[in-house]
Amino acid sequence: MLRDARLVASKDLRVEATSRVLTTQVLPFALLVLILFGFGISPDQQVISGAGEGTERVAILEKVAPGLFWLAVLFSTLLAIGRSFAIESVDGNLDALRMAGLDPAGVFLGKMSAVLAELLVLELVVGLGCFALYGPPLAHPVLLVTTVLSATLGIAAAGTLYAALAAGLRVRDTLVPLLVLPVLAPVLLAATLATEAALFGPDGDGWPWALLLGAFAVLYTGAGILAFGTLVEES
Amino acid sequence: MNDPAPSQDAFESALAARTAPLHTGSKSTRVLGVLALVLLVSLLAFALVITPPEVSQRDSFRLLYLHVPSAIVSLYVAFAITLVGSIIYLRKQSVFWDLLAGAAAEVGVLFLGITLVTGMLWGKPTWGVYWQWDPRLTSTAVSFVLYAGYLAVRKLDMDPVVRSRRAAVLGIVSFLNLIIVRYSVQWWRGLHQGQTFDVADTQMDGVMLFTALLGVITMHVVFAWLVIHRFRVAWLEHQADEAGLDVALRERRAEGANV
Repeated sequence: MLRDARLVASKDLRVEATSRVLTTQVLPFALLVLILFGFGISPDQQVISGAGEGTERVAILEKVAPGLFWLAVLFSTLLAIGRSFAIESVDGNLDALRMAGLDPAGVFLGKMSAVLAELLVLELVVGLGCFALYGPPLAHPVLLVTTVLSATLGIAAAGTLYAALAAGLRVRDTLVPLLVLPVLAPVLLAATLATEAALFGPDGDGWPWALLLGAFAVLYTGAGILAFGTLVEES
Repeated sequence: MNDPAPSQDAFESALAARTAPLHTGSKSTRVLGVLALVLLVSLLAFALVITPPEVSQRDSFRLLYLHVPSAIVSLYVAFAITLVGSIIYLRKQSVFWDLLAGAAAEVGVLFLGITLVTGMLWGKPTWGVYWQWDPRLTSTAVSFVLYAGYLAVRKLDMDPVVRSRRAAVLGIVSFLNLIIVRYSVQWWRGLHQGQTFDVADTQMDGVMLFTALLGVITMHVVFAWLVIHRFRVAWLEHQADEAGLDVALRERRAEGANV
C-alpha cells in the first residue's frame, strides 16, 4: 500500500513539475484572493481590541488575517483537488491505475500526499503574503506549524475523498465545492481559532483546536483509505 | 439503423410484470395518513389555541412546538436512517436500502428546512434578529447544505449502480461530518457565550408539555408517511427503468430471431 502510495504521489508531483498548473495558475490566484480581501475589507477600518486598560486600535485586516488565510487556502484547495482528478479522468487513467493492480488505498494515500505537498507549498507562499499584506504578529511559531500541518492533512484527506466521489462526472466542477466546503467548515473554524491563538496568543487557547484538527485528519484519512476502492470501482 | 422506441403497451406490460402495485397508497398507509392528518390538526389546535402563551417569550414560543420536533426528526431519525441504509446497501447491494436512504434524506432535508425557517422566525421576536450565531442554528445550517449535497449526488445523471454506491459512501461520511460539525460549532460558541436560550429555564405547564410531546409524535408520524410514499415513488421509478430495459432486451432478441 505504501509503495503504491509513493508511486502515485511521485507521479502526480512529476505531472505538476512539468505542467506547472498549480504554480502558474493556482498560486497567483491565491495571492490575488489575499489582495481582494483587502479591497473587500478596507485596510483603514479599525477595531478596538482588548479590554479595560489595555485597549488598542487594530486594523480589522490584521485581526481577521487567520480567517482570510484559511479561506484563501480553501478556495485554492478546490482548484488543487480538481486538478488532481482532472489529470486522471483523461484517457480513463483511473481505470488504468486500477487495472495496473495498485491498491486503491495506496492510490488514495498517494493522491492525498501529492495534494498535501502542493498545499503546503502554497500555504508557505500565501502565509508569507498574509504577514506581508496584513501584518499580524507571530506569538507562537510551534503552534502555528502544528496547526498548518494538521489542518492541511485534514483538508487534503477530505478533499481527495470528495473529489474522487465526483471523479469523471461532467458536473464535477460545480459539484465538488458544494460537497467539500460544508465538510471543511469545521476545519476552517478550528484552524482559524488555532491560528489566531498562534499569532496573537495565548497559545493555551489554540492547542485544543489543533488537537481537533489532528482528529479530523486521522478520521478522514481513515475514511478515505476505506472508501476509495468503493468510489472508483465502476459497475 | 435506429432502434424503434419501445411501444407504450410493451412497456406497461413489462412494468406490470415486474411488480404488483402500481400506486403508492395501501390500506395501512391510508390509515397512517388519516392519523397524521388528525394529529396535525390537533397539534395546530393545541399549539395555537389551547396552550397559554409562554411567560417570557409570549406567542412566539408556539413556533417551537413545530421547530423542535422537526429538528429531532431530521437530525436524529432521518439522517440515521440514511446512515443505516447506506451501510446495508454497501454490504448487500439491495436496492431497497439504497432507495430508503435516499427517501429518508430527502424528507430529512425538508424537515431541516422547516427547522431553519421556524428557528429564524422565532429568533426575530426573541433575539431581535433573524440570525444569531447560535451554535445549534449555525450547525443546522451547515448540516442542511451537507445533505443538500447528498441529494445532489443522488440526482446525478450517471450509471445507477455507480451512483448508488457513491451516494452510500457519502451517506455514511455525511453522518460522521454531521457529528463533527455539531460538536465543533458548539465548542466554538461555547467559548464565547453560554447557550442563548436554555430550555430548562422555560416554564412549561402540563398542557404545554403535552403539546410539546404531541408535536414530537405528530412529526414522526408525518415523517413516516412521507418517507413511505417517497420510497414507493422511487421504487416505481426504479421498476420503470428496469422495465424499459426488459423491453429493449426483448426487442433486441426478437430482432436477432428475425434475421
